[in-house]
Amino acid sequence: MNPEYEPLTARALAGEIKDLCASVTQTVRFMEVCGTHTMAIHSAGLKSFFPENLKLVSGPGCPVCVTEKRFIDHAILLARHYDACLITFGDLVRVPGTFGSLATLRAEGGRVRVVYSPIQAVEIALEEAPRPAVLLGVGFETTVPTVAATLMSALRKNVDNLFVLSAFKTIHPPLRILAAKEDLHGFLLPGHVSAIIGSDCYSYLPADFGKPGVVAGFEPLDILLAIRDLIRLTVEGFPQIVNDYTRVVRANGNPAARGVTEEVLEPSDASWRGLGVIPGSGLTLKGPYYRFDAAAHLPVEVPQAEDDPRCKCAAILTGSLTPDKCGLFGRGCTPEDPVGPCMVSSEGTCAAYYKYGAA
Amino acid sequence: MGRLIRDMILPRLDRGRLGLLPDSVVLSDIRGPIAYTTDSFVVSPIFFPGGNIGSLAVHGTCNDLACSGARPMFLSLAMILEEGFPLEKLETILQSVADAADAAGVEVVTGDTKVVPKGSADGVFINTSGIGRLEAREIPSAARIAEGDEILVSGPVGNHGMSVMLSRADFSFDFDLESDSASVWPAVERLLELGPGLKFVRDPTRGGLAATLNEIAAMTGKEVLIEETAVPLDKAVIAASEMLGIDPLQAANEGKIVAVVEKGLGERGLELLRDCPIAHGAALIGKITPGTRPRVIMNTRIGGARVVAEPSGELLPRIC
Repeated sequence: MNPEYEPLTARALAGEIKDLCASVTQTVRFMEVCGTHTMAIHSAGLKSFFPENLKLVSGPGCPVCVTEKRFIDHAILLARHYDACLITFGDLVRVPGTFGSLATLRAEGGRVRVVYSPIQAVEIALEEAPRPAVLLGVGFETTVPTVAATLMSALRKNVDNLFVLSAFKTIHPPLRILAAKEDLHGFLLPGHVSAIIGSDCYSYLPADFGKPGVVAGFEPLDILLAIRDLIRLTVEGFPQIVNDYTRVVRANGNPAARGVTEEVLEPSDASWRGLGVIPGSGLTLKGPYYRFDAAAHLPVEVPQAEDDPRCKCAAILTGSLTPDKCGLFGRGCTPEDPVGPCMVSSEGTCAAYYKYGAA
Repeated sequence: MGRLIRDMILPRLDRGRLGLLPDSVVLSDIRGPIAYTTDSFVVSPIFFPGGNIGSLAVHGTCNDLACSGARPMFLSLAMILEEGFPLEKLETILQSVADAADAAGVEVVTGDTKVVPKGSADGVFINTSGIGRLEAREIPSAARIAEGDEILVSGPVGNHGMSVMLSRADFSFDFDLESDSASVWPAVERLLELGPGLKFVRDPTRGGLAATLNEIAAMTGKEVLIEETAVPLDKAVIAASEMLGIDPLQAANEGKIVAVVEKGLGERGLELLRDCPIAHGAALIGKITPGTRPRVIMNTRIGGARVVAEPSGELLPRIC
């Protein structure tokens, strides 16, 4: 679209959103599941378009935010006990664990390599050999296929010092839990994850919970369009799944990418910050790829980790609380000196509120 | 050490005073009030596209002088070298100091070099202090900023911060992107034509445009309003910022100024900058509004509005 017309289209959509909201008396609450949506909404100032009775709350779709403190502890213990080199995405570096963050580990002389793509892991493992190289496996269905493909290549090359510490997660199990919450009326569904898993797979939202879901892209207009459709479906009382991101997301997603994942990993239980253990919501290495499992082959004793009781990340991740209602927000907890992961991750809800303001 | 000074430093930097190697230099040719400042440079990596720690050390200090309305004239140059730092790298850095100083019209008149054991410094650290002659009749100061005043930026923002980020070891993307490191005095000098109409000048270095605008809001207690579509950005900066998940408004600049000018003088300011070689792409980006809170609001491209918050924390790439 010609950028000159964007504000006009935005105003038209905002007008429709306002009219639709005016036709209901209740407050309508939608959850944007994905952290990239949270950031895009704040960055474009979209909330300034919304009427009073439309609320958007952020969900558990930021991989760093839902990763438990104990995972960071586990990684640091691996580095200490096995002199392992940790390979990680940048967002994880400053997340505080019980005994410091990966940044602290690095400052103390530990080896922490930041990568943009997991494909670099094989190369790094070869450079670091014979020292073990542990890829910190954090992410959703979007990230996993690349890691799986990396491990397929590592297996072919017989790289024996590369490991993955898996905290991978899948989106359906927590979404089912959130869909049951009475105060959430619909879901802005993640664009990137849906590119892999498709839009058809969300059919349980209307079928089992009577709630609509709209798959959205990440441009401001994509999001406004999706929100208009969510409200229309809500007001009309006709819940269904709509795909507003057809230029990227197909009904059946990307079967090839899912095939790679299924070749290397299988579902397992996973522990989510804020949601606890959710059966079948994680992914574990299987078959010949089990040899890359850091938890299995580099054993360490990882104690239970206590979260700071004042930190409200758990409530924020489930849409029960907005960051500005947390007593630590902006005072005891800032991006420079974060307490909880929602403030660390560039896609965390608290970071978005802090960076772009609560408005 | 004597050889280092004689063979490497003096041939490049001596313009008549440095070579006498006095304990201190006597400067008798400045008339009127002077501005005096100092800054230390510890940039990593030491070499980045469009410059290195040497050119940066000259520009950084010159620009602090320029923002006070002073023409940069004299610099000191103190280097702390880590034992074993390669001489050819040092030569390149010194040549950059010389070239940057000549281009900025300043003279390095005194200096010092120390070598510390391996591990006590990271390659090379540089401190420069600078003296400038005050040419602004009324010294630009935030105290003079009033409601309705207009905000200019002297060109596209974020280039330095983004190119340094990209040159850090772990990125391998190829963007056509260079630091904007330069002396900003030519731009300030032109804006001084506005007389008392030039209220405030700042170089948006660390924390970028976002930090400087927030500083203006905090110092004046007033609300700053900018237009997203008016903020000049190079295409390569937009591309890099989208890849890395870093807000270009928060990325550092080393050759730009933000100027606050009296209401109605914004266009005139742009005209003055029109033929200035370091102010290509200068733009009027916003104004001081009667808002009730000291904060920065940006009208977004799409017609929404949001707060431009004070940047903080280490800049890191995003995960997905």
